[in-house]
Formats: sequence, C-alpha cells, structure tokens
Amino acid sequence: MPILRLGDVLVTGLLDELDDRSAMAFVDELTERITREAATGVLIDISRLEIIDSFVARTLSELTTTARLLGARVIVAGMRPPVAITLVELGLKLHGVETALNAEAGMAALGWYRTRSSREGSRGDDAS
Amino acid sequence: MVTTPRETPAGRGWGGAAAAEHRTEYPVRTEEDLLEARHAVRAATLETGFGLVDQTRVVTAASELVRNAYIHGGGGTLVIERLRRPGGRGVRLTVSDAGPGIANVDAALADGFSTGSGLGHGLGGARRLMHEFRIDCPPGGGTIVCVTRWTSG
Ligand SMILES: Nc1ncnc2c1ncn2[C@@H]1O[C@H](COP(=O)(O)OP(=O)(O)O)[C@@H](O)[C@H]1O
Ligand SMILES: [Mg+2]
Repeated sequence: MPILRLGDVLVTGLLDELDDRSAMAFVDELTERITREAATGVLIDISRLEIIDSFVARTLSELTTTARLLGARVIVAGMRPPVAITLVELGLKLHGVETALNAEAGMAALGWYRTRSSREGSRGDDAS
Repeated sequence: MVTTPRETPAGRGWGGAAAAEHRTEYPVRTEEDLLEARHAVRAATLETGFGLVDQTRVVTAASELVRNAYIHGGGGTLVIERLRRPGGRGVRLTVSDAGPGIANVDAALADGFSTGSGLGHGLGGARRLMHEFRIDCPPGGGTIVCVTRWTSG
C-alpha cells in the first residue's frame, strides 16, 4: 500500500494479503517516512481487511508503539463490524491502539477537517 | 507455486458423526499457502451459507491454526470439510503437522501463552470462535487440531 502525505499526517492502509515479510517491510517503510518527514500523525485505513488475526493485531500494536516513540500518533480507522466482533472473541483488545469509525473521522481526530466546499464537491463519494 | 487441492466428494470426517458432503485438502508449507488456505476456507463458509460474522469467525480461526502449523509445526496440511447434519450445515477444519507437538496443551490454550514471539491468543481464540474444538498430539509427534462451526438454522 502506498504511503501518502497530507501535511504532517501520513495516510496509508493495510490489505488482507499481509504476510511476515510484507508486514516487516511495511513497518520499516512507515517508520522511515515518519522520521524523514517528521510526521506527527499516521492514519491507517483498515476498511479493506476482511479479518484481523493475532498476527495482524500484533503488527498494528507494534507499529503504534514504534510510531509513538518517534513522536507520531497513529489512528487505525474503518474496522469492519464482523472483524471487531471476532477480535473481541479472540481476546485481543488492541491495547493502546487508537481507532476511528472511518478514515474521515480518523483524519478529523488528527486535526484535519473537510471544508464546506470540499464536502459539497465530494458528496456521495465516501473516502475509503 | 500453484497448488491443486485434492478433492473427494464424500470424504470421511475426522472425529464426527455428521456426513461430509465435500472435502478438500491444502498444503500449509509457505506464506502463500496461508493465504490460499484462508481463501479456500472463506469459499467453504460461503457455500455453507454462513453469515458475514460467522464467515469472519471461521476464517480467523483457520488463519490462527494454519499459521501455528506453519510456524510451530514446521508446515502441514489443512483439510476443509463441508458437513450436513439434521437441522444444519457446518464447516470442519482439520489442521495437522508433523512438528514437535504441544507439551502442555492446557498451558498452550491459555491466553497470552506463547513459546515464540506471538501474542498467544491463537489456540484459545480459535476454540472460542468455533463450536467444536479438539486437539491431539499423538505420541509419535505432530499436532492435529480439528474445529467445527455449525449454522444456526
Ligand atoms: N501446531 C503446533 N505445533 C507445536 N506447538 C504449537 C502448535 N500450535 C500451537 N503450539 C504451541 O502453543 C503455543 C500457543 O499457541 P497460540 O495460542 O497460537 O500462540 P502463538 O502462536 O502466538 O505463540 C505456541 O506458542 C506453541 O508453543
Ligand atoms: Mg498462534
């Protein structure tokens, strides 16, 4: 997944096809970008994840901790409801990982707001 | 690597009275196999008529078990069976490997217990996500985990 930059915030996402290698590469690249671009926030869109198993949960936790140590606040946005239900039954609470209902709410929490004109311009086209 | 699942229309179930109406077998030897296995389990839950939450439960349990066979068991196989019994249908997953086995199954099932770098929620979590859970570590080595979830209707 590409990592985009909006001001001080890095925006990226996770896909279902995450394996050990790509998870490590993702964490490496994101931490490198946080430092290089002095990002203070990271939005990770997980609305495309069909499951979160303990491997993905661990990746998200470690990523959040590492980013925080580098001065960036991570928000994980857009978890699907069945995924949330299953995660609770797995017994994983994603302690310390901040979440938002969707990418827009996550960006707002990181200090980004849609202006009136951009809202009108993008009506009916939900960012995801 | 392309893997072709072996199919037998009416394979015999492992440890259950219900009739298996379809059975497929997948290798669990590489990272790609883990993804392949998940996709196959998702397809089986769809065919069985599970709702979205149940699909997610079964695929997540499958992901934990095949990863365990891959990481802790040195690789193995996954058998997916679609079952039918009076009043419902089900999906049974049997994940087996020829690894070292599990020395203390009760400890391994406890949340937070891991002999590796995992979170230690895979085995206990899979048990909670499924209706039936059975784990066998035969004396000769290896681990066989068999889990089933049934439709409610
Ligand atoms: N197939 C297996 N073969 C050998 N040991 C296993 C197997 N599956 C699980 N275990 C053992 O049980 C422990 C708990 O498994 P699990 O709950 O999935 O946690 P994790 O995989 O995060 O360590 C593992 O750390 C490992 O010691
Ligand atoms: Mg595990």
